[in-house]
Amino acid sequence: MSWVQVVFVLLALVAVASALLVVTTRNMVHAALWLVVTLGAIAGIYLVLAAEFLAWVQVLIYVGAVVVLLLFALMLTKAPTGPQPDLDVARTVPAAVVAVLVGALLVATVVAGFSDVAIDLEGTVVGSAQSTGATVFEKWVLPFEVLSVLLLAALIGAIVLSRGDESAEVPEAARRGGR
Amino acid sequence: MGESMPLWWPLVLACVLFAIGAYGVLVRRNAVLVLMGVELMLNAVNINLVAFDAYFRDVMHGGQTLALFVIVIAAAEIGLALAIVLRVFRTHGHIEVDALRELADRDEPSADETGDRLDRAGADRALADRADQPEEAR
Repeated sequence: MSWVQVVFVLLALVAVASALLVVTTRNMVHAALWLVVTLGAIAGIYLVLAAEFLAWVQVLIYVGAVVVLLLFALMLTKAPTGPQPDLDVARTVPAAVVAVLVGALLVATVVAGFSDVAIDLEGTVVGSAQSTGATVFEKWVLPFEVLSVLLLAALIGAIVLSRGDESAEVPEAARRGGR
Repeated sequence: MGESMPLWWPLVLACVLFAIGAYGVLVRRNAVLVLMGVELMLNAVNINLVAFDAYFRDVMHGGQTLALFVIVIAAAEIGLALAIVLRVFRTHGHIEVDALRELADRDEPSADETGDRLDRAGADRALADRADQPEEAR
């Protein structure tokens, strides 16, 4: 085993173990914190697979923004911080069976299809900010622009959804108009 | 032998993470925890994209760019989803997804909103009365 393989296996074990804790822990805040560990391990896997820029984007957006958003949502919905007995539905076993079947099907498919090929990481072009930026702005410009429109739509949608009732709207609109 | 790795390792990792995320989506009652399962599934897909990008030795890194786009879409999705969750919490008082029997926006708001609307109606009536009074006095 080369060191790349050792690092990959360790990161994969960390990711799977913490992901299992995310979906099984009794404590909602702990679930969000275990999600940080999972996403960080996945960022490390991106680094192993020569996706440097993507790894830092993962750290910034997922670990930085998404988990903070989730923690804010837990806080705003008055989630209890202690262990909760009723976080899961009653039918846990069928859900586990479905999940195991999904996993077994996917694993069988990829092992049957790709068991004899290897990723050659020797001298590969690392996906740095330079190469990713060149790709995004040369080859993928149109999807990039569409994505910016999507983000704008999501932003406006989130504002509209989380805006208060009609009586709270008027001063908000007045303040915005006065600025 | 150089730095190489079987392609199915990251693919199997992605499949396992996807299955764990699916379990979380199926089994959790709190909507925020369901969203955590969705995040796990999206990340599993990204691992697939990055693994095949490394396998094809793509100089333009199409797979990594696509994973980048998936991350952006996931960020937009989580923002919208949490806005919906907060809205549901405001109207229902809880976010247990298996207890949400109706998702329609009906005209039977919570008690304080009803009181507010009644107050407003009462104020309107009082205003109308006041407007009527001078007419009758004249």
